[in-house]
Amino acid sequence: MNALLVSALWGVVMMFGGILIKQTAVVRYLAIAGVAILLGLNLAEMQGWQLIAIDTTGMLQFDTYALLLNSILLAAVLCYLLLSGSAMEKIGANLADYLALLFFVSSGMMMVSAFESLLILFLGIEIITIPLYILTGSDKKNLKSNEASLKYFLLGAFSSGILLMGITLVYGARGSFALSGVADSIRLSSSLMIAGMLLLLIAMAFKVSAAPFHFWTPDVYDGAPTVFTSFMATVVKVAVFAAMVRLFDRSFALQQNAWQWWVAVIAGLTLFIGNITAVFQQSVKRMLAYSSIAQAGFMLLAVYAMNTTAKEGLLLYAASYSLATIGIFAVLTRMKDYSFEAFNGLAGRYPWVAASLAIFFLSLAGIPLTGGFLAKFYMIKAALGLSIGLALFALLMAVVSVYYYFRVIQAMYFKPVAQPDALAFDKSFTGLLLLVALLVVMLGLFPEWLIACLYF
Amino acid sequence: MPINYYLFLSLALFTIGMVGVLTRRNAIIIFMCIELMLNAVNLLLVAFSKMHYQAALEAGQLATQAGVEGQLFVFFIMVVAAAEVSVGLAIIVMMYRNVHSVDINFLNRLKH
Repeated sequence: MNALLVSALWGVVMMFGGILIKQTAVVRYLAIAGVAILLGLNLAEMQGWQLIAIDTTGMLQFDTYALLLNSILLAAVLCYLLLSGSAMEKIGANLADYLALLFFVSSGMMMVSAFESLLILFLGIEIITIPLYILTGSDKKNLKSNEASLKYFLLGAFSSGILLMGITLVYGARGSFALSGVADSIRLSSSLMIAGMLLLLIAMAFKVSAAPFHFWTPDVYDGAPTVFTSFMATVVKVAVFAAMVRLFDRSFALQQNAWQWWVAVIAGLTLFIGNITAVFQQSVKRMLAYSSIAQAGFMLLAVYAMNTTAKEGLLLYAASYSLATIGIFAVLTRMKDYSFEAFNGLAGRYPWVAASLAIFFLSLAGIPLTGGFLAKFYMIKAALGLSIGLALFALLMAVVSVYYYFRVIQAMYFKPVAQPDALAFDKSFTGLLLLVALLVVMLGLFPEWLIACLYF
Repeated sequence: MPINYYLFLSLALFTIGMVGVLTRRNAIIIFMCIELMLNAVNLLLVAFSKMHYQAALEAGQLATQAGVEGQLFVFFIMVVAAAEVSVGLAIIVMMYRNVHSVDINFLNRLKH
């Protein structure tokens, strides 16, 4: 609750800060301080310290899992602001407003990770997506950005309509919006309930960009300013995944037979389409968009399996995937263009940047000793008990993903430099990038540090 | 009236909205179709709210609160829809300034 309240307030502070403060660097430091405070408050709440005790009449419940997830998300946002905050200034003159919108998105993420009522789920998802429409279109003169934001808006509003219909049908069957609202068992398996549940599944698949509802993702991620793509593809996606897991775990555990196979089909399709299409991309930015679809396929295995391993794995996945992708995007925003050739010979000129990029790509590909390996390991282990076929298919797709991630590593280390331009990698950026890379490796070596937080 | 009538009416409205979104090419009309979907949901929520209230009355609970939250939800949907309209129209206006059209067939720059 601490972080939720303060992030909404800090968004307002940022808006006024934009009027009163003229230096962009100060505005940026204000935002970084804000996220650091949020992280601190959230960690304090994990120790049981509350800013204000508010009775939400059971609509929000910040349990250990939600708080730990929030901490991971806030830590990722902090890394994101530190690494790419300066790139935001290039988009337009309204830096303070972009940052304010990011704080509003953060408060939405806190809501969807802790909701206990379908009303909060709906509000949280809208609070996440409406600022994102604006951020996607923030490069106002750029037609690609315009197009991406209109597409995102139309499909986002459309999927919100489906989400609402699902919620309404579930309400009709159950008589309450509470997740664990118990009605008699005849009503719980009625066709109204099942229809509502499947509509909710479709809407959530839209929001996390799972196939066959993924078609907006590459266009939107490609057209949006790269800084904000980085935010959407990592922190936001993970938060919506957490919402999906919470929804199906808390609310529809009794009807597991009805949705589990649909989730398996969606997960399989997402893995297949995401990985195979990523192979053919010519731009690193678009490849990362498809890679985010592919990674969503792995996270869907957690929804499919829905056991303790899956939920612990999702936390690891959230941390390792967000950190690695934020690092890659931070480098990408500083490149001249987004083609694979732009990375040629990077290792010779900027060895430390190239080394951290290599770690990030290895983590995304799921190579041992990185966080990504253990995250994928947990997901596949969770699915293995239920369906060996799906687990093996996921393994196969992980192998396919190695191809397109290694293309970048190969370009960096084994291809000659085409045009040796000076890129904007200063000392502090390189240091931070190395630190994030170190975190990703630490997650791979000592995952129990993260998981142990769940049980204290 | 039985609840089925309301259910079918709002599902019909919802489907009309959905088909409109998928087939029309004008951004404003697509937008109106999305609003139609949201309003179909509002209608159904109110109908369900009344249904749950009646069910509670018939079960003998005289001072019941059943069904109130369904009607409250409608207000939230209306507020969120208004927020969405303001952002969405701004995006459409921004698009119109750049390409002088609101036809979504223009949205093909991102296809490779």
